[in-house]
Amino acid sequence: MGGAEIIAILVEKFGPRIQQTKPDAIDPYVVVDAGDLVDVCRFLRDDPRLQFDMLNCITGVDYCEPDPAKAPKAGFEPHLEVVYHLSSFVKRHRFVVKVLLPRWKDNVPGQLPEVPTVTSIWPAANWHERETYDLVGVYFVGHPDLRRILLAEDWEGHPLRKDYVFPLEYHGIRGR
Amino acid sequence: MATIFPPEQEQIIELDVRTDEMLVSMGPQHPSTHGVLRLVLRTDGEVVSEVTPHLGYLHRCAEKIGENVTPIQFIPYTDRMDYLAGMNMNLGYSLAVEKLCGLTDKIPEKAQVIRVLVCELNRIASHLVGIGAYGLDLGTFSPFLYAFREREMILDLFEEVCGARLTYSYVTIGGVHDDLPEGWVERCSKFLDWFEPRLEEYHTLLTRNSIFIKRTAGIGVLPKDMAIAYGCTGPMLRGSLNREKGDPPWDLRKIEPYCGYDQYEFEVPLPPFAETPVEAVIGDAWHRFYVRMKEMEQSARIVRQALRKYETAKGSHRIEPPRHLPPGEAYVETECPRGQMGFYVVGRPTKESVPLRVRARSSSFCNLSVTHEICRGCLIADVPAIVGSIDIVMGEVDR
Repeated sequence: MGGAEIIAILVEKFGPRIQQTKPDAIDPYVVVDAGDLVDVCRFLRDDPRLQFDMLNCITGVDYCEPDPAKAPKAGFEPHLEVVYHLSSFVKRHRFVVKVLLPRWKDNVPGQLPEVPTVTSIWPAANWHERETYDLVGVYFVGHPDLRRILLAEDWEGHPLRKDYVFPLEYHGIRGR
Repeated sequence: MATIFPPEQEQIIELDVRTDEMLVSMGPQHPSTHGVLRLVLRTDGEVVSEVTPHLGYLHRCAEKIGENVTPIQFIPYTDRMDYLAGMNMNLGYSLAVEKLCGLTDKIPEKAQVIRVLVCELNRIASHLVGIGAYGLDLGTFSPFLYAFREREMILDLFEEVCGARLTYSYVTIGGVHDDLPEGWVERCSKFLDWFEPRLEEYHTLLTRNSIFIKRTAGIGVLPKDMAIAYGCTGPMLRGSLNREKGDPPWDLRKIEPYCGYDQYEFEVPLPPFAETPVEAVIGDAWHRFYVRMKEMEQSARIVRQALRKYETAKGSHRIEPPRHLPPGEAYVETECPRGQMGFYVVGRPTKESVPLRVRARSSSFCNLSVTHEICRGCLIADVPAIVGSIDIVMGEVDR
């Protein structure tokens, strides 16, 4: 099934809760609100026409230009995207769901933006969400075990944020 | 009669011999964890009740580097993800960037054929390490040496092609780095003539070895639904499928052909197999191992066809990629030896040469995430047998 048809099914079911659709992108996607994510994902998995039983990847993308001189020309407003790449074992099609978030919750630097977890729908989300939390800094509400996965437990900050400052030393190990 | 211990102390001694729960840390420096993986086992006597993998010992910030270098500069870093299958990694990232730039249909035929050639040879080399090291985990040393003998020949072939033996950076954006050297096709087909009969020797050393069967059959059983829910792919998933129940041959080379894989004749080995020992059940460690053995056969078949195709292939080995990445995003998955390796590239809206975000969806990472499910209730001695059958490369897990 093509991306446009999947989008049509989603729009028919959820109406205005699908915030944006992009059927002509390289990988067609829809944008949903964080609050609707679990409903949409459950529908994508359970609907007999769609059957997205495999979660391939969760990616956090930080849209931010840390250099203030370049920021006006960057071409985007600072925000964070969480991208879910899905595929179906039975139907053999792919689809992408996105959630747009502010870079920080309530615009307070250090307060991670929140997304509900999809671990209950796809167990594969468990490690992907931990990785996104670890590297990009997105808090997954309801995750059973949200710990850092790749970095050390006492690491500070989330390195894939564009404004991340590289530490000069870690436990006496000099960085540069 | 005098007693050595007063009665109340005797009771304590008696209580002490019951089996207690114990946490055992396996790794990160452990020969059978294939790199720096640390497993914390909660054991009750010999039985493992819980396995918690701890990763990150080999984390090299590949994704952060990808945001700061141009796609061509990032190719060498992809080599170092799955260092046993560098060609396949190069190809995955190249295809993602090509998809973003709209080059997918413009790659010349010759480049496509060379890509298929080197990727399939690399798949053989990678599976050879996989099965050789798996035998080593289970206590048989000789298959490892034989496997490395054959792998060495493939590495020699790669060395002729690109000068490197492990980190090739050969497949690049727009094609491959260089054309094949003179006489390479003959040497490659000579290698296949040598290699194909050797597979039968591996079967006698491992597949039909009764100790090997006892160690692998029926352990670490991964049901199909669980494999899909956890995003397991590659031999891990295919070992759990059942051809007779109508499961599709889940191999991206077949179901979403890239690089012209649809023009090659090959099969996707799926259980049940004629050679399955009676103890083995679908989805166990033995089936995962056997799928790899069978895949090598098919890869050799593809290489032979690609060698024939190369003689008549048109076009150049490479086209010039654009200097700047267009805005937009592209996600591509390819079938690597360990499963589906995905690359997600996001271009900047201002058309710069550096991408905004590079994401590597690692197949070993997803395959490893199911460990705690398939190790539950097994014996300690079975943990290396199960983890070995997943065939992880920590460079790819931690990136």
